[in-house]
This record gives sequence, C-alpha cells and structure tokens, in this order.
Amino acid sequence: MSMPFYVSPEQVMADKAEFARKGIARGKSNLALEFGGGILLIAENSTGLNKIGEIYDRIAFAGVGKFSEFDQLRKIGVRFADTKGYSYSRDDVRGKGLANAYSQVIGDAFTRDPKPLEVEMIIAEVGDLRLAGHENNSIYKVMYDGFISDHHGWAVIGGNEEDAEAVLRSEYAEGAPMGDAVHLGRKALERGTGGSSSLGAENLEVCVLDQSLPVRKFRRLSTDEVRGLLDG
Amino acid sequence: MLFKGNYHGASFAELLQVDYPHLMPQFASQLPASSDVSIPHGTTVLAFKFAEGVVVAGDRLATEGHRVASRDVEKVFETDSHSLMAISGAAGPCIEMARLLGVELEHYEKIEGEALELDGKANRLSNLIRQNLPAAMQGLVVVPLYAGYDLRRNVGRLWKFDITGGRYEEAEFEATGSGGLYARESLKNHCDAGMDRDAAIAAAVRALTDAADEDRATGGIDLQRGIYSIIKVCTETGIETAPESEIDTLYRALLAERSGGND
Repeated sequence: MSMPFYVSPEQVMADKAEFARKGIARGKSNLALEFGGGILLIAENSTGLNKIGEIYDRIAFAGVGKFSEFDQLRKIGVRFADTKGYSYSRDDVRGKGLANAYSQVIGDAFTRDPKPLEVEMIIAEVGDLRLAGHENNSIYKVMYDGFISDHHGWAVIGGNEEDAEAVLRSEYAEGAPMGDAVHLGRKALERGTGGSSSLGAENLEVCVLDQSLPVRKFRRLSTDEVRGLLDG
Repeated sequence: MLFKGNYHGASFAELLQVDYPHLMPQFASQLPASSDVSIPHGTTVLAFKFAEGVVVAGDRLATEGHRVASRDVEKVFETDSHSLMAISGAAGPCIEMARLLGVELEHYEKIEGEALELDGKANRLSNLIRQNLPAAMQGLVVVPLYAGYDLRRNVGRLWKFDITGGRYEEAEFEATGSGGLYARESLKNHCDAGMDRDAAIAAAVRALTDAADEDRATGGIDLQRGIYSIIKVCTETGIETAPESEIDTLYRALLAERSGGND
C-alpha cells in the first residue's frame, strides 16, 4: 500500500494561489470608475463575449480570468438577485450581500477544490438619491481566493493591475463627466496592457450604471456611442 | 436563500420550481374546491393597434361580488420596456402573474444577454397561464391580454389567452372582462389601424366609457374622485402613459357630445 505524499497546507495554498494568479494575469484588465452620473465599467474586449453584465437594478458585474467560470458566477448572481427581489422587494437587493455571497462561494472553492477558480470580479452598485440610506455608490472586488475588499472611486481587476491603478491614482477626479471617465478608463487600460497599444472604441466594452435611469440603471453603450465619447 | 442552486437555464419561473418551490405562486391548493370566499375581480381591459403601435387600457374598479373592492386598482402592467399585460379575472393571481412575467422577461434578458422576441414573451405568458389551470378550475381565472411592439417586424401586436394557456393573436383589437363585449363593440365602430396617437387615446376613452355604461362591474372615469382609466401607448420608442389631464379633456368632450352638445 502506498502512502500519499505529505504536502503542507501552506504549500497547497501557495500553489493554488500561484496557479489562479497566472490564469488571471493572462487576461486583459477590466475596471470600474465612479463619475458624476453613476459608475462606468470599461474593459478591453474585442470579442462578442461580454465581461460586464447587469445583475440587478443598481448592480453590475465585471469579471476577468476564465470566461466560462466568471460567466457562470455572473449567472448565479442574477439568479440570486432576481429571487431575492421577487420574494422581498427590489430595494432589498444590495451589492454588499451579493459580494459577500460571491466571496463565500469562491473562498470555499479555493480551499476545497483541487483547482481554484481563475477569476476576479467587481460588483458595482450605484446609489439611488431617492432612497434614504441608499444614496452612495459602492464598489467591491472579490479575488480568486474569496478575499473581498471595498473601493472608493475606482477598482481594477485582471491584467497588469498595478500599472492601470497608477494611472487612476494620479488622475482620478471625483464627479467628472462621463466622457472624461471613458477617456481615463481607456488610458488606464492602455497602461495596463503595457502602454504600447492604443485602444479604439471597437476594442472596448463599456457599460454604465446610470443614476438618471428610472429602475434598471444598467446600460450597455454601443460602439458608436463609445466612439462619440472618445472623439468628443 | 441559496447562492448556488440546481437550475441552470434562463427561465425565472423554472428556477423557482426547481430551487425555490415555496416561492412559486400556487393558488389552487389553498382554496377548497367549492369556495364561497369572495375575491376581488378586475373587469374591463382592452388592447388595439394604431398607426405607431398598440394601446392597452383598463378601468380601475375591482369588485367582490356586488361590492366595490377597490376603485383605483391598476390592471395594465409594463412587463418590460416594449410590452404590456392587461389583466381581468381574479385580481390576486392576475397581479402576481404580471409581476412574475416581468421578472421572467428581465431574467431571460440578463442571463442570455439578449431580450426575448415578442412571440417568445407571449409564449412564456401562455406557460404561466397553463400552470394556473388547477386554480382556474376552482374559479381563480386569469385571462390577460398581452400586447407590445415587435422591434424586429416594426409593428404592434396583441394576443388574447384562454384559461388553458391557449394563445390567439388578434389582428386589430380585443377586450376581455365583464365589460369586454361592450368595449369590443365600441372599438369595432371607432377604431382603425391607421389612426394616430391622439385618435387612439380618444378611442380608448370611448370604449372604456361604453363598457362602463353597459356593465355595472366596470368602473367609468370618476370625475368626482379624480380617478382616471389607465391608458398606455407602446411604440418603437417605448411605453408612454396617457396623462390624466388628456383623459379628462377627452372624457368631458365625450360627455358633451352625448348630451347633445349642451353641456
């Protein structure tokens, strides 16, 4: 009878983390950015497979890493939010609860499964000025090991995060118009991919959580609309 | 609330059946077969086509037998940005079904990344009505109208349903509920597919007034309390609710016309 080799828990976790980080770093960046009228989500993406999606009235999802895995997580989030909104009320569906649920599931998979999920995600929730106590924007980031953090102003996932973050750290201004936010978002994404490439509207996936929309505040911008904002 | 369930499709109603059966509205088992419990009922709703799309309208009265249950109930629901459901029948199950259909359409759009075709939406409603058949046999009938703007074919379309979920697309107009017959007669005489928005709203006011005139369970426009019918217009650009002031003006003009112009 053969005995299994002993591997220390530290080693297992470190190996899993390295594996997940490598998978995620291969992909391109995705970021969320607050602006005067809501939250902008922008990703480098020239394919038809979306990395940004609507979860609920005021909540959006942005994922990086392995598409099949984060898209599955996006759908789980939609099911969770719709069920909660149907059995309680639409205003009871909150980004914080959703981000926590994601953190649990991804954290569990990280410790339990031989292969961790190669994903990172942003859960962005835009404030509603008509609801007392729900006025503020929230941005949560959930990592491959279930680590959750909340962010003010902006958050970046995937690709070369540090370089993209450096741009946002130095140039982010509160309450900027949407056009400026799209320009800044593109600049940060360009820096994240090494700064050499120049990203046009056709290479970008841009969505907004628009505070001025009545109920469902998520809106996907068409390529023409993005081009208009970048040229303007 | 589960975070990871067993259902993996794009239908919210099926999600409830598989993972949250306790949340799926089930009216049938909750009532004895021969029930004398009185339940609020909605009365007249109608839908018809006009040049730019469809109009869907309904009165505001809900009755319990011979009594008024509510004078200002809403029977026309926006199920998404380009479709409407108007309900007649047992108010509780009807309203719940409209709410469920709204979530069903939104859920599909979010999961699949693309909205259902108008035909597909009407088909989903058929499904929900079919599931309500046991309750319908006990008297909790849901017979809605469904109408919307078909963004692929650039035309307004409308459907009526029977209690088995049977779905019938109508070419011009339809009205259901206790005053439906009178509303249909009115629409037959005053409605044509080429009319513009203003004429369409006027035709809706006229049909609802005619229905309320002949059917005691249909609530007319109540000037005394300031309760107006709900009239919604669905076109390529979305859904618009006719303002009360416009309905007020049209209704007063109609009254003047009927009293021989002396009013």
